[in-house]
Amino acid sequence: MALSKVRSLALLGLVGHIVDVEVDISDGLPGYTLLGLPDAALSESRERVRSALVNSGLPWPNKKVTISLSPAWLPKSGSHFDLPIALGLLAAQGVITSEFPESLITMGELGLDGTLRFVRGVLPTLISALNFGATSAIVPTENFQEASAVPGLQIRSFTYLSEVVHFFQSGEVPMQELVHPAESPTHSLDLTDVVGQIAARRALEISAIGGHHLLLIGPPGTGKTMLAERIPTILPALTAQESLEVSAIHSVAGSLTSRGVLTRIPPFVAPHHTTTTTAMVGGGSHAVKPGAVSLAHAGVLFIDEAPECANGVLDSLRQPLESGSVTISRAVGTVTYPASFLLVLAANPCPCGKFNGRGRACTCSSLQIRNYLKKLSGPLLDRIDIRAFVEAPTRFEMAAAAAGESSELVKRRVSDARKIAAARFKDERWRINSQIPSSELRARYKAERDGMTLLHNELDSERLSARGFHKVLRVAWSIADAAGHIRPTKDDVEQAIVMREGAFL
Amino acid sequence: MRNQTLGAAGEDAVFHYLQSRGYTVLDRNWRIKTGELDLVAISPEKKITFIEVKSRSSRKFGDPLEAISAQKAHRLQKLALAWLVMHGLWGSDYHIDCAGVIFTNEGRYEIDYRKGVL
Repeated sequence: MALSKVRSLALLGLVGHIVDVEVDISDGLPGYTLLGLPDAALSESRERVRSALVNSGLPWPNKKVTISLSPAWLPKSGSHFDLPIALGLLAAQGVITSEFPESLITMGELGLDGTLRFVRGVLPTLISALNFGATSAIVPTENFQEASAVPGLQIRSFTYLSEVVHFFQSGEVPMQELVHPAESPTHSLDLTDVVGQIAARRALEISAIGGHHLLLIGPPGTGKTMLAERIPTILPALTAQESLEVSAIHSVAGSLTSRGVLTRIPPFVAPHHTTTTTAMVGGGSHAVKPGAVSLAHAGVLFIDEAPECANGVLDSLRQPLESGSVTISRAVGTVTYPASFLLVLAANPCPCGKFNGRGRACTCSSLQIRNYLKKLSGPLLDRIDIRAFVEAPTRFEMAAAAAGESSELVKRRVSDARKIAAARFKDERWRINSQIPSSELRARYKAERDGMTLLHNELDSERLSARGFHKVLRVAWSIADAAGHIRPTKDDVEQAIVMREGAFL
Repeated sequence: MRNQTLGAAGEDAVFHYLQSRGYTVLDRNWRIKTGELDLVAISPEKKITFIEVKSRSSRKFGDPLEAISAQKAHRLQKLALAWLVMHGLWGSDYHIDCAGVIFTNEGRYEIDYRKGVL
């Protein structure tokens, strides 16, 4: 047989598309033509596949080789087509006589010595494969654990190309052991490390209960970063569905190994303030990669020194903040990644950072102080639900013998409050307070009467925008859940207004 | 074996190969300023055939036919047309074949003959 067909998939965002790798060997001068819009890494497959075959003691055809990756219009990238190409070449030469069933997906990069190497994006690829009726898959050993997370697929993993060939010739599979990952690493961070900060702790807790976005303002060295880093320790564990989504995104980004497959710990992503818009929302010229907002999906996106961010970077967050996803259009196609995260911004109160207390040590002019926080645009600030001022701890607080509450304790309260909310929303599409749609808020999720009066007064006096009105009400629900109130009281609404306005601004 | 003698021996081998298969060889080492055609023959199907011969003393450095690059193939096309023009046969149907010859020890050889490759 001089013609063969092996099935694999090309990944565009998190969606896999079936790709048939067709190999034709015909008489003619030795040559190698790869069709089907391959990118650079894929075009280089010829050299990898050739060396891998020869060094595995397998024949390389000194004939005219034509390889077509169909559908031809779909741009393909990545090195995971090495294995299907090699298998196709061997089948076309008659080394492997069995036909490849359409329900078998193969993927893997080849080393020059014939080893099968780790590839990115195995998890979302195989999830998509399932929808196309795949029943089994062949992956590199290094991807075995990740591939095994896909339910309903028979996974075979191999370390060497020669083992794969042996499998097709004899049906024998080398011993496979699912290495159970060490128990999800427990957090090394804990809220007990933070001294004092009663108000900021409260803000963190309410933010975690309802998924409300947070702005921490305070002078350098008071613990803004410490506080933010500890938010994942008080967030409830991810659900199975969220965990799968997060793992799929990190698989595409290539950061799954360091994170761990199907980890239940919410991700914490802290891009540097010099980051670009592309790194923030995702993109890239040939493979559209997920950005920080997607890596932080179902977790925390923390931006330290937020006013120092380049123009436009912070404002690029506005769309994912509203819709919970990002859609990126590039030449290769349009890709949508989930991007539903808890945004935490940290900022100094002024350029020198010392404008706190009475501001005596501050060397900034009043104009500088006023302009500094203006770098955070109005529309973005309008989307921040809670502003918390982080003060330097007092001598009294530093000396206090009792440590602050532990993450475990706070996490338990957060979980309890979330359970109350989940019970209330059991017939709804959303699960946490920050996701209640505005229309539903006004119709069915009002605060108590005097609380609503207070809110309407704020709206009438133009101290709250329409968005702010709804945001305050959502925060009020979280405060009510924390306090065990059936409905937000006037007091809860007042607290929510104070938290939103951050009294000091 | 020196390279030049190797090349000549390869062409000899292909010459005998063609004769034994009913080809009539018209020309050997036809040379003009821009290059050389190794063999020109009339095939049993009465088609003019130009044959490029590549010889190697082992497979250690790859298949002999891999040495025919796209550039060399283009030069062969032009030489073939030049031969046709100079013999008043411009417009005739023609083939270009390639032959890879590998010499193993004791003067034995293998011929990998590919028809109509260009």
